[in-house]
Amino acid sequence: MSADDLACQELVELVTSYLEGRLPRGERRRFERHLGECEPCVHYVEQMRETIRLVGRSATGDPERVPGIDRLLDAFRDWNREQPA
Amino acid sequence: MPSTQATPRRREAHLLDDERLLEALRQGDEDAFMALVDRYGALMLRVASMYVRTPSVAEEVVQETWLAVLEGIGRFEGRSTLKTWMFRILSNRAKTRGEREARCLPFSSCAAAGDEDDDGPAVDADRFLSADHPQWPGHWAAAPRDWSTVPEVRLVSRETLGLIRDAIGRLPDRQQEVILLRDVEGWSSEEVCEALAVSEVNQRVLLHRARSKVRAALEHYLDDAAIGAVA
Repeated sequence: MSADDLACQELVELVTSYLEGRLPRGERRRFERHLGECEPCVHYVEQMRETIRLVGRSATGDPERVPGIDRLLDAFRDWNREQPA
Repeated sequence: MPSTQATPRRREAHLLDDERLLEALRQGDEDAFMALVDRYGALMLRVASMYVRTPSVAEEVVQETWLAVLEGIGRFEGRSTLKTWMFRILSNRAKTRGEREARCLPFSSCAAAGDEDDDGPAVDADRFLSADHPQWPGHWAAAPRDWSTVPEVRLVSRETLGLIRDAIGRLPDRQQEVILLRDVEGWSSEEVCEALAVSEVNQRVLLHRARSKVRAALEHYLDDAAIGAVA
């Protein structure tokens, strides 16, 4: 392992920047070179992608109620009356 | 008693994008206002609930936000989008109320409101070989599994998705808001930065911590299940 190599422990802290496309080019190259040689880190990055996908599906989809909608409507009508015509 | 029934005009308003609704709202169009409330009200309540623990107070924050939106709409110059402007008002208010609430509650041992700066690493240090390991410093000691072998039905099961929601609920409030807006609602990083009034780097750090913790919770859960299946 040379000084330029990325340790797995460092890679896990860069993964969001990598996925966001925010790593400077040199860093990205080090990151991808590491992935080319390290299967566990490939799995790690895949786990992060899976996590993002599953978080996206985790919304309940239940119709959520908007509280105090009648009060809001009253407030809107008051506001509207006060507006200059 | 005002009517909250969906009229044909109101249904039409629901099809308009935010910019058109903003225009209509400035003309005093009630349907446009109700369409906006329908579009963002529930999400606003979710965000407020991340900062404020008392449900009635969270509802109050949402109400106040809508009033502030109405009061401020004349001065809104469109330098940000309507939604990020509204959510910035909401986050500010919710944060302030949450801080006040934490001071007032005698049992404010609220882990979710913890300091976001003293967060640990993305992955526990004991998963790695030590930094002075002669051959593989900082490499995996306990490697992560290949999740492509986990059946899709298990990944998207109600239990797994519930576990993810719980893990998000345990995050510090700003991390919750970022992961909700980015990964559940699909907002762009620019939009989230505007809504939270944070820099791109700061937003990315919050997102990284949030995603890393949810991943760790998922890993823990899926690994346990795998061990159970083998035994």
